[in-house]
This record gives sequence, C-alpha cells and structure tokens, in this order.
Amino acid sequence: MLKQFKKILTTGIVTERVSVPKDAELEALGIEIKRHVDRKFSGSIAIRQVDAGSCNGCELEIHALNNPYYDIERFGIHFVASPRHADVLLVTGPVSRHMQTALIRTYQATPDPKWVVAVGDCATCGGEFGVSYASCGAVANVIPVDATIPGCPPTPMALMQGLLALMTR
Amino acid sequence: MSNPNWTQALRSSLSAAGVAVESDAAGDAISHWRVASEHWRTLAELALADSVRWSAGWAEQRAAGFVVHVLLEKHGVYLWAQTELGPAKPEVPSQAGVYPAANRSERHTQDMFGIQFVGHPDNRPWTRHKAWDKHQHPLRKDFPVEGRPETVTPPDMDYAFVKSHGAGTYEIPVGPVHAGIIEPGHFRFQAVGELILNLEERLGYVHKGIEKIAEGRDPPGLARLAGRVSGDTTVGHAWAACMAMERAAGVEIPPRAVLIRGILAERERVANHLGDIGAICNDVAFTFAQIQFTRLREDWLRTQAAMFGHRLMMDCVVPGGVTSDLSAEQCQAMRVGIVKLRDELADLMTTLDLNSSLEDRLYTAGFLSEDIAAAYGTVGYVGRASGQDFDVRRDAAYPPYDAVGFKVALENQGDIASRFWVRYKEIIASMKLIEQFIDRLAPGALVGDWHIPAAGSRGLGIVDGWRGEIVSFVAFEAGNRIARFYPRDPSQLNWPALEKLVLNNIVPDFPVCNKSVNGSYSGNDL
Repeated sequence: MLKQFKKILTTGIVTERVSVPKDAELEALGIEIKRHVDRKFSGSIAIRQVDAGSCNGCELEIHALNNPYYDIERFGIHFVASPRHADVLLVTGPVSRHMQTALIRTYQATPDPKWVVAVGDCATCGGEFGVSYASCGAVANVIPVDATIPGCPPTPMALMQGLLALMTR
Repeated sequence: MSNPNWTQALRSSLSAAGVAVESDAAGDAISHWRVASEHWRTLAELALADSVRWSAGWAEQRAAGFVVHVLLEKHGVYLWAQTELGPAKPEVPSQAGVYPAANRSERHTQDMFGIQFVGHPDNRPWTRHKAWDKHQHPLRKDFPVEGRPETVTPPDMDYAFVKSHGAGTYEIPVGPVHAGIIEPGHFRFQAVGELILNLEERLGYVHKGIEKIAEGRDPPGLARLAGRVSGDTTVGHAWAACMAMERAAGVEIPPRAVLIRGILAERERVANHLGDIGAICNDVAFTFAQIQFTRLREDWLRTQAAMFGHRLMMDCVVPGGVTSDLSAEQCQAMRVGIVKLRDELADLMTTLDLNSSLEDRLYTAGFLSEDIAAAYGTVGYVGRASGQDFDVRRDAAYPPYDAVGFKVALENQGDIASRFWVRYKEIIASMKLIEQFIDRLAPGALVGDWHIPAAGSRGLGIVDGWRGEIVSFVAFEAGNRIARFYPRDPSQLNWPALEKLVLNNIVPDFPVCNKSVNGSYSGNDL
C-alpha cells in the first residue's frame, strides 16, 4: 500500500490543460466545453458510445479521453452504460448491415432531446469500407446525425473539439 | 526445434493411406500441396495424429470452380494444402470434426461461398445473419458488391442457441450493444446462481465485407484496408497483407524498411499490452493500476504521433516498405522513452505483485488448460499463457526477427494471472527488440521497387501480431489488382478458447476473463 501511495505522489497530476499543442489552447477548449455543459446540460452530459461496425480504432481513442491526461469527466462529460441514461450517442463505424437494427433500437431507446455524433471517417462518410452488401456506410444513412467528427481515428483532442462544436451549434 | 521434416513423415503416412499428394517445388519456404477433395479429412486426421496445429482455412473461386485451402504448422514449419472442387455442387469433407479450430472457419466459408463441408458437427451459419440470404454467397464472383439493396436489415432472431433445462438454470443474453466502450457482439450465458454453465458467442455483427471490397483494389489500397481489419493491429495486418503481396510479386524490401517495420510492430505490441494490463486491473476495480497504465499508454502513443505521424501508426506499412523514416534524434528519443518505461514498469509491477486484491481475483480464474489450448490451436499470449510455446517471430522467423535473439514469454498456469504476466514479459522483450532494431538501422531506401505480379500469383504473409500469429492470403488478377484477400486474425482461434475458460467461473468474473483474452470482433467478423 505504501508503495502505491509513493507511486501516486511521485507521479503527481499529469492531467493537461487542454491544448494542441499549447497548454493555453487545451485549457481554453476545456473551459469552453464546461461552460456549455453547465449552461445547456445543467452541468453534466451523458454519452453512450455505440460501435456500429468500426475497426476498433475509434474506440481506442475514445477510451483515451478517460485517461488522466484528458480526464474528460472534469468538464462534465461522462460515459454511461445505457442509451436510456444518455444525452448523446457517439456512433462509430460504417454501420454494418448486421448492426443496423441494433443501432436504430439504441437510438429509439435514447430519450429526447438527444444528439447523435458520428465519430471517425467511416461514420462520417463510409471511410475505407463505403456502402456494400454488408455495410450501410455513414451513420446518417441509418439515423439522423447532428454532428460529425472526421479522422481515422480522430485524436482525443479532435474528439473534444468535435464535442465542443456540437454544444456551440 | 527438432524434426523440421514432419511434412515428409506426413507425406509417407498419407501415401500409406493411399492418398496421392502433388506438390509445387516453388522454392518457397512453405510446402505447397494439392490433394483430391475426398481425402481432405484424411489429411487432417493424419496431421492431427502427428500433433500438427491447424492454423487457417479459406477458399477462393476460380474459373474452373472452387479451391479450398488449409494452413498447418508444427515446429515453425508450415504446410499449405489445397483441394479443388467443381463449380456445380461444391462440397468437401469437413475437417472440423478432427480440428475444433476449423469449426467457425468452415462455417464462414460455407456462408460466404456456399461450399458445403460434409460431416461438419455444427451446420448453423456463422458470419451470415440477415444481410444476405441463405442461397446467396457474397464471395462468389457473380454476387454484386452492393448486394440486394434493402431498406432495413432485420435482426437475426433465428439462431439456434444451445438451450439449458433443469431447475434453477437460467439464460443471460448480452449484447450486441455492450455497456462499455467496446465492439459489438452477442454472448449467451447459461448459469445457475452465479456459476457459468455454458457460454455461447454469437459474433458477425461487425461484418463489413472486407474480403469482398478488397477485390479489385491495387496493392496500396489493399494495405490501407488491411490496416483496418482490426484497428488495434493496424501494423500487424498491414504487414501480413504486404508480405503476402510482396511474396506474390517477388518484391524485395530494403533492409532499413524491414527494421522499421519491426520497430512499428513491437511498439504496437507494447501499446496494446499497456492498455490491456490497465483494463484487466480496472475490471477487478483496481483503479490505481488502470490510471497508471493508461498514462503510460498515452505517453507511448504520443511518441508514435511525433515519430510516425499517427498515434496508432496507421498506413505506415505500405507495399514494398514503410512510409516514415526515423532520424538519429528520434532513435535517441525512442531509446530514452524505453529506459523510462522500463523504470516505471519495474516500480509498478512490484506494487501490483504485492497487491492481495489482484492476487485474489486473477489467480486460478479463467483457467484454460494446456490440452484445450492445444486442441483449439490458440495463439499469442492466450496460447503462451497455457503452455503453447509458439511464436512466429522465433519459430518461423522472418526479417528482421531472423537476425536477433529474444526470449518468448511462456507460462503454464493458464489463468488470468498467467496471461497478465505473459503480457508483461512481452512488453519487456519488445523493448529489447526495439533497441536491437535501432542498433541495426543503416542508411538506405524505405520502399523497394514494385513489380507487377502475373495474373494468378499468390502469396501468404505470416507474422506475429500483438495478439499472435496473423495469416494473410492474397491472390492477384491481371493489371496489379487483387482477386482475393483473406486475413486470419489470431482472434478467430482465440475466441472459442474464451467459451471454454469461463466455465465454472462466476458471471461477474466474465468481464475480466474476456479482457484477459481481448479478442478482436472486427478482425473476426471481417
């Protein structure tokens, strides 16, 4: 236990003030997000992430938002386990035809008002996979989309900027 | 490794059983055989009798009909066998009754090509849900890539899951949409109280037609697609696909490019193991370790972004070589990063090792015996934690691994803790490998000249990705275009092992059992 405390103390706080690449910028971005979350969402916004056919690259970067550098929860954004708890659906992947109904049902299970953000090139335009017998392509081909965050995959910073863009619409 | 000539012994036993074998003397390191389709199962039986491992199976359609392929391995020596089937009613004896590892692969081939595997123990569809119907087969050349346009693809409600009967047993359906930030798939548990009696996986939800849309691509286009078979294995799959194309085309890779590929692949292994070790700890509510390991992973990814222009190193491996070079300063910075990570890990691992809550949850849980691991042909850290001493990098070494020595991590306990420690040891070994590759970097080109391969050229790429052995098959048609691409992710062999290793564990331990294996859904569903 002592070793654990020692490691915690010597690591210190690595959480970054939001910036690409300068600290001031990242900090400003975070504060801006927090301001909108406070105003529009009473201080807290709940996201349900749905992988509708991605290669898992986007999921890795969405995961990174929770690491101590970004620690996105400090800006009032947290990930929830059920669409019924969510304000926002963060959808990745070209929507595979086998996930089409599951995505529609997840969308229907999300209470209004709700926002859908298509994350990554595949979700935005079909990406490398496009439309085929197995893929519906962009998320917008299946459910209404409010905002898109391109990138293959988008970096954690790009994800944060995309979320801010959604809030300032 | 002893007895590299097992293929000769197999050939003798086949001939004793009256099976004729035609072989190509193509000068390839991999033996290439053709046998008549009626002997397909006999081949498997005799190979199994000699403890040969089943590695991969796939099919292709040619003008004269269908060709079914199997890749077998023992002591790092590969045997690639194929059999030809007529176009009218293609059928071949199933190997799945002999090798359980062939089960899902044959069902996939059946769904995609309509080739019937006679005597298969499980004739349910696997990859096919409802996006195409029973009598249509997407990988046949006459099936249009766009399929039949439908308004909405209905859910697959007809899959015949195993049922449990008896007092107190109940079913828990989970997915396809899971509660975490994770890929989709369906799990069906049968349980009594908290005890898992049976688990059935139903995958295929992220099937996005990778094999079909690969057809007609040029080599760079295929490398990009292969890099997205599974996003966490972008280097591994791109390398395997490029190796297959390079062998088909007879292209030489410059020595510097080969070393950089090695660095990329080992960095990918470290990045994923760092993330997974943290996630395993998180699944037993040991947040301290999760936070520490996600921090180390983030540092590692930032270095990659700075050096290769992409945090996950996508599109860095291209046909003939690599896209990014490493300057002397970058090499030095990479060395410094490794020294730092080594120090941090030494510190952290002592802390984790002394932690009784981790010990309680990880030891003996999720046990996979050596016998089952061998029967299912499990590879990578899942196999290596259950005594399967195989690593493509050492046993069928390809450049740059053929010029360096390293120790393959091995454990025999087969539990979550073993998989945890194998991963840790792999990080340590990878860091040493990266240092050795940097030492060997000499000035030179990054991409070799591409030769357009003749129509009908075929190649196999076999590399050790971070999850284990990846097999990639590529066939060319005229004009430098892809006629067939089949990537076999290690997950295709490791997913069935998960069904076995959760038995007699409690349902609340499923997440940590699952994470210790961490199969790829996308790499499995294709």
